[in-house]
Amino acid sequence: MNGAAGQLPGLLVCLRATLQRELLLVLRRPGDMLNPLFFFAMVCTLFPLAMGPSEEQLAFAAPGVLWVAALLAMLLSLNSLFLSDHADGSLEQLLASPQPLVVLALGKTVAHWLTSGLPLVLLSPALAMAFRLPAGTIWVLMSALTLGTVSLSLLGSVGAALTVGLHRGTALLSLLILPLAMPVLIFGARTVSLSAAGDTYSMGLFALAAYAVGALSLAPFATAAALRISNE
Amino acid sequence: MSNTLSAHKLTLVRGERCLFKGLNFALGSGELLLLEGRNGSGKTSLLKAIIGLLELETGEFQWNGMPVRSQRQEFLSASVWMAHRVGMKPDLTASENLSFESTLRPLNNCDIEEALERLGVLRLKKLPLRSLSAGQQRRVGLARMLIARATLWLMDEPFTNLDREGRDLLTGIISDHIEAGGLCVLAAHQDVAVDVPTQRILLE
Repeated sequence: MNGAAGQLPGLLVCLRATLQRELLLVLRRPGDMLNPLFFFAMVCTLFPLAMGPSEEQLAFAAPGVLWVAALLAMLLSLNSLFLSDHADGSLEQLLASPQPLVVLALGKTVAHWLTSGLPLVLLSPALAMAFRLPAGTIWVLMSALTLGTVSLSLLGSVGAALTVGLHRGTALLSLLILPLAMPVLIFGARTVSLSAAGDTYSMGLFALAAYAVGALSLAPFATAAALRISNE
Repeated sequence: MSNTLSAHKLTLVRGERCLFKGLNFALGSGELLLLEGRNGSGKTSLLKAIIGLLELETGEFQWNGMPVRSQRQEFLSASVWMAHRVGMKPDLTASENLSFESTLRPLNNCDIEEALERLGVLRLKKLPLRSLSAGQQRRVGLARMLIARATLWLMDEPFTNLDREGRDLLTGIISDHIEAGGLCVLAAHQDVAVDVPTQRILLE
């Protein structure tokens, strides 16, 4: 199959196989992916109904509402990241494999972003239009959400790995992740509102990008270590 | 090439209980180590400690005379662990599960179809694992041992859920492996009728 007989298959082969496995699993159970997406869409459509039709008010509240909804939707999806692997014993098999756990954890996290972060980003323009955000702001919102959800997936994977051994770890997971997610929320929402007001917003995007790069380089190692600890 | 797995003065504590203290063994190529003992006596914990999922209180394992700790990746490349649970995704088919597994460790020349054929579950390869019976799932899990190029097999109650024919098949697979110079550590309640050099450890 993959790799020559007798040799440990390469890291990229392993990363690709992990991605493929996770995406296939989501395809078999699309509900896991759709739930957070529905949550995001619901919160964002209920807000305008509750706040009344004043365009000014809507555009003012939009960045905050969109970002809070995105953050909560990501949290909602994180809980299940390692839960099923823990339940069916395949996590132990991953831990007992000679492949570096970092690569397997990264593969799972990338798959998580592709199935929960990316759909939010793609859905956001429609919701932004419902909030009457200016057309020029929509791509800023999309880039900010892309960078932000990448960070949230990565940070969240650490929390999910730490709480995987606990029954009802959801509350604890949120408590662990929220403080780390605050910069993402603040920079994300602020960037979008600055852009909507016609001010310079690039600093915010840079900060989000820096945060995402930092998370990408540190979080997989923390996730791998956390998985080992919680499997003791 | 001959391989050895040895344990030196192992002590393992789980919670408040000391499962074993000062345990030693030395296993060479072509030998089977049977772990015996009642439920909860620490058979699974010992297997988990070998594969590195549990931290030992004291003592160490050596693989080919070197501490496992210092050569974790080589050791894991040479071992494959069959846990009490099958450890595969119930939503994926047998071939999907195994083709993912095949990227996790070095492979031998036995491909997935061959392994499933030998275990008598080839015709089920396109069904999701959840729709298979427990015994059939176990057979798919055993295919992992056949495709991996591992010299050390760690097996936790591998005969569970298997029918008589499956047990005979597995006994044959294990003795083939050992006769080819492999090592096997096997935890079991019932006696295993394998005609190979066997050591026994009775855990209290």
